[in-house]
Amino acid sequence: MRFFSLLPLLMLLGGSALAQSPTYGVGRTPSAEEIRAWDISISPTGEELPPGQGTAKEGALIFAKPIFQGGCLACHGPEGQGGRAPRLVKRQAEPGVDPWDLGRILPIRSPYATTVWDYINRGMPVNREGTLTADEVYSLTAYLLYLNDVIPEDKVLDAQSLPQVEMPNRENFARVPDWQPGAPRLKGYPY
Amino acid sequence: MASKRPDRRGFLKGGAALAGGLTLGAVEPALGQTPASDGFIRGNKELVAYGERSRFVKSVRIQHPPGSRPSPDAFGKVFHVAAPLQDSVGVITPSSLHYVATTRGSFLPDIDPREHRLMIHGMVDRPLIFTMEDLKRLPSVTRLHFIECAGNRSRSQHKTVQETHGMVSCAEWTGVRLSLLLKEAGVKDGGSWIVSEGVEEVKGASSIPMEKAMDDCLVCYGMNGEAVRPQQGFPLRLMVPGFEGIFNTKWLRRIKVVDRYYMTYNDYGHLRQDPEGAALGYQIGPKSVITFPSGGQQLPDRGFYEVSGLAWSGGGAIRKVEVSTDGGRRWMDAEIQGTAQRMAHARFNFQWNWDGKETELLSRCTDELGQVQPTRAQVAKFWNVPLDSSFRVKGQDNSIQPWRIASDGSVHNAIF
Repeated sequence: MRFFSLLPLLMLLGGSALAQSPTYGVGRTPSAEEIRAWDISISPTGEELPPGQGTAKEGALIFAKPIFQGGCLACHGPEGQGGRAPRLVKRQAEPGVDPWDLGRILPIRSPYATTVWDYINRGMPVNREGTLTADEVYSLTAYLLYLNDVIPEDKVLDAQSLPQVEMPNRENFARVPDWQPGAPRLKGYPY
Repeated sequence: MASKRPDRRGFLKGGAALAGGLTLGAVEPALGQTPASDGFIRGNKELVAYGERSRFVKSVRIQHPPGSRPSPDAFGKVFHVAAPLQDSVGVITPSSLHYVATTRGSFLPDIDPREHRLMIHGMVDRPLIFTMEDLKRLPSVTRLHFIECAGNRSRSQHKTVQETHGMVSCAEWTGVRLSLLLKEAGVKDGGSWIVSEGVEEVKGASSIPMEKAMDDCLVCYGMNGEAVRPQQGFPLRLMVPGFEGIFNTKWLRRIKVVDRYYMTYNDYGHLRQDPEGAALGYQIGPKSVITFPSGGQQLPDRGFYEVSGLAWSGGGAIRKVEVSTDGGRRWMDAEIQGTAQRMAHARFNFQWNWDGKETELLSRCTDELGQVQPTRAQVAKFWNVPLDSSFRVKGQDNSIQPWRIASDGSVHNAIF
């Protein structure tokens, strides 16, 4: 009887305060410095972007450097094509081409330039990931977006301007599906 | 790659008949006790410490798709490797034969588990760092789950089931519920997505809805009764049951709780122009394939065969599998071995007497949500598009795989 009379109170606590305290107490709290060092995620609005800046002209110089100095040309080829590593420049230069026909070259199909910055920052150059400075990543991003006709050559990219870049697909993609447990893949689709 | 399976089956059948005390006309003496012609396997320290399969068993993985980017490539990177489903029995893929895929072709990180850490941070009350020891102290869960690559698509030029369907595998995974870890950290109001991230050079990252993270995801350190293999993410892999393979982050090191889709490199590849295409490229649909007899195999003669295959769905457990032995005119229920698990392979069998005439074998499955595996023609009709050679099933391809049995007993991919 006493248990049942306590039940509403327990449920109330369970819904708020109790659910918020750890049950097992295993694991330790990282320092703010540790989190800063590990957290390389960049959101589409770019809150996590570090200070720094660069232009396509500066990026072209970095691109052409030897690999051990953070360069790209040795693998990706001059101007991002013809190398052993994936092509970085779209195939059709004509304006008006549907961005969905550009293939998975660079993240050119991404609605946000932050995807390009993030990928260079986390994954390039191979075997030397994480060695590029923020200025270098901004510059290389600017150079590759310039080669793909997304921005002009003198455009300065930084934490403020990068998320504002008008990518070809900026508004041209479907909403991400609203996934719910136990729901079919697509309402009305029997398969 | 002709299968030895019919021979072995004949052998087993003979053995079973003997065990059952049946009298056969011309039974060879002591069938199961024929001395091995090549002697014995001498024990050595290595084989005692860690066993290996018979040298007569040759089943291996292959690069996928055939003729594409090799694995390993000139740099030693691994990209897409397919499992030999034609040789599979039961529902578990041995770890050594489990399919492999990496984000863009990666070196496999060589991680000392004593140094490995998992950090959970972002929109949480208490950011946390776990060692492998920490994780193994926590309540554990063991479940069977399949993983399937989004590129697992049968094409007419594919010959074997390894080529048409080999980018799927099923293993027994052991680990901690992700929901437990997230509750320990305390997800803040508005934390609606997580971004999971691996250690490999590209640090592959995926945005996953919080509903899924809290529903059934596991942070796994175990696979098929031992530590997760390096090709599968040693020492830690995120298991996102039923979602496309790329979500199952290997070499997991970080989970950030965020309030939006983060549009990582992996994420943008999921974007589509149409909402239908986007929805169908997320959770795997109901899918099945006959693994015996399958493309490239050879039936030695007319007569009895047990047709066998695998069925799976991202929507839950497989409820029903049907087989057609006449090109889809009639469908009959196949037997599902044991109890089908959620988001796991189910093994189905069907008893068949082949009359020696050319025919087509097909299988289709239904999952617990009532989703039914379609033919390519049904999908084309649904979207009202022509079913020609350029037709492509929208999203993950879960269409029915036809195998043509020629009158000489050879088996061929009958998709066009």
